Amino acid sequence: MAKVIETVDLTRRFGQLTAVDRLNITVDHREIFGLLGPNGAGKTTIISMLCTILKPTSGTAKVNGYDITKQANQVRRSIGIVFQEPSVDDRLTGRENLFMHANLYGVPSSEQKTRINNVLKLVELEHRADDILRTYSSGMRRRLEIARGLIHYPKVLFLDEPTIGLDPQTRDHIWTYIKELKETHDITIVLTTHYMEEADRLSDRVAIIDYGKIVALDTPTKLKKTLQGDVITVTTKDAQKLSTTLAEKLKIKKTRIADGKLELTVQDGEAFLPKVIETAAENKMHIEAVVLHQPSLEDVFLHYTGRAIRAEGSNEPRGEAAIRRRAIR
Amino acid sequence: MTEIRGLFTLWLREVKRYLRDRLRIVSGIVSPVLWLFIFGTGIRFAGAIGSLNYQHYLFPGIVGQTLLFTSMFIGISVIWDREFGFMKEILVAPISKVSIFFGKMLGDSTDALIQGIIILLLGTVLGILEDPVMFFQLLPVMVLMTFGFVSLGLTIASFIQNLESYGVVVSFVNLPLFFLSGALFPVRGEYVPEWLQTVSAFNPLTYGVDALRQIALGQEWQPLFPLYYDLMIVVLFDIAMIIIGTLALSRRK
Repeated sequence: MAKVIETVDLTRRFGQLTAVDRLNITVDHREIFGLLGPNGAGKTTIISMLCTILKPTSGTAKVNGYDITKQANQVRRSIGIVFQEPSVDDRLTGRENLFMHANLYGVPSSEQKTRINNVLKLVELEHRADDILRTYSSGMRRRLEIARGLIHYPKVLFLDEPTIGLDPQTRDHIWTYIKELKETHDITIVLTTHYMEEADRLSDRVAIIDYGKIVALDTPTKLKKTLQGDVITVTTKDAQKLSTTLAEKLKIKKTRIADGKLELTVQDGEAFLPKVIETAAENKMHIEAVVLHQPSLEDVFLHYTGRAIRAEGSNEPRGEAAIRRRAIR
Repeated sequence: MTEIRGLFTLWLREVKRYLRDRLRIVSGIVSPVLWLFIFGTGIRFAGAIGSLNYQHYLFPGIVGQTLLFTSMFIGISVIWDREFGFMKEILVAPISKVSIFFGKMLGDSTDALIQGIIILLLGTVLGILEDPVMFFQLLPVMVLMTFGFVSLGLTIASFIQNLESYGVVVSFVNLPLFFLSGALFPVRGEYVPEWLQTVSAFNPLTYGVDALRQIALGQEWQPLFPLYYDLMIVVLFDIAMIIIGTLALSRRK
């Protein structure tokens, strides 16, 4: 399979800080490649270098076969970018923004109208296309930016935190567009995110980045498999007794008691759960609560870096995980 | 071709943004009108310059001032674009920095010229400009003056990070240029001390205003320099500022 992006020891330093440290990745044709990491991990710096906005301190990369330092203009012509921060002109209408982009990227005048209508349709903004952007919601602006990134038929689309700051519904919407894009266009997508769910649902492969280095790189499924199974947490007064019984009858090897709760690590948690409850009932042990936890990328991140991806958030990982804020380090 | 189209689209953007901002257009007219009517009337009756009507004398100066102030103020658009992210969209586009600079510079110049033309028309309607043909003689000089000042504004804006500082720096540049240009009083030996005359010789606005005044007042006014000399200095200033401005805008981190 053709390599669309290839980096060779790509490095960027800002003074003392090494934001990206000898990065070596390859991205395949038509894949969605996710860069997952906390804020400040170096994701945007990587994208900025690949988009030729930022010069690497050392090392280099090829995008669509063009060298990012020597053939910047060819690289630019062949890629589309949706920046993390808004980059539209909010005094112009949606359509005017798109026309301007088409002209900046040398899209033939005869094709501009059709292409613009097509991308507007894709992100469902046809009815608002002639309104000044100031009247758009942030989700609509985001969609317009995605549309804009597609007008010049890029071979690679870079999405830097495409759903940051958007409500769950809009986020879901944008995910649908991105997936649709992959199905319908001949396009490779590189996406950065600090949302686990986003990386999980969209990416074919995910690189977990921390302090400018890759700590893990694989498909989301395989990454989750490295954690060796689901965790069943049982709250019961008879934790010790239950643990012994289960080990005997169901041959569970990995058990652990923490805070009076029993933790079982098993391969197929959903099928296993009823057996645990049955066994307890047969042996007249009282169970207060049972929780089944299937590993998420969040756990994978925790596993590789030893900490949660962010200090607060909806997907709080295991309670006992020591959360250290990056800022303190 | 792509370059020209990119340049054109950036020009169009600046002009559209400007024309949609009516408040800016109106507020840009108020200050020159105040100078012309209140200041102009006051000085006219307080003291005269030879046999000239002071308002007639002042008018080319106020046209110059309008061009300078509007041009410099418009430079702020670079900071806006950077602050609100649009600059990124332009900077990653596959067109050269020269085209980007010219697109922006010509767009901003058009905006500043519209402002200058409004003042010029006002002067024509009110009879300050005696011959309407002068309008077409003054316009090319105004165009040349505007390029240099807009480029100066864009250059300064390229080095300044926030909107507040830009306002301070610009007024720090604007006022000395305005006061030392001969816009308000003749910077000639018989009227002002030598130091003022010397300093004003280093001011590009002096030459622009002198050129405008020669055209507008004709025989009534004895120019500081020959017209060709004035225009040569203005053009040299334009070229220098365009080169510096392009370099300033294309600095890459």
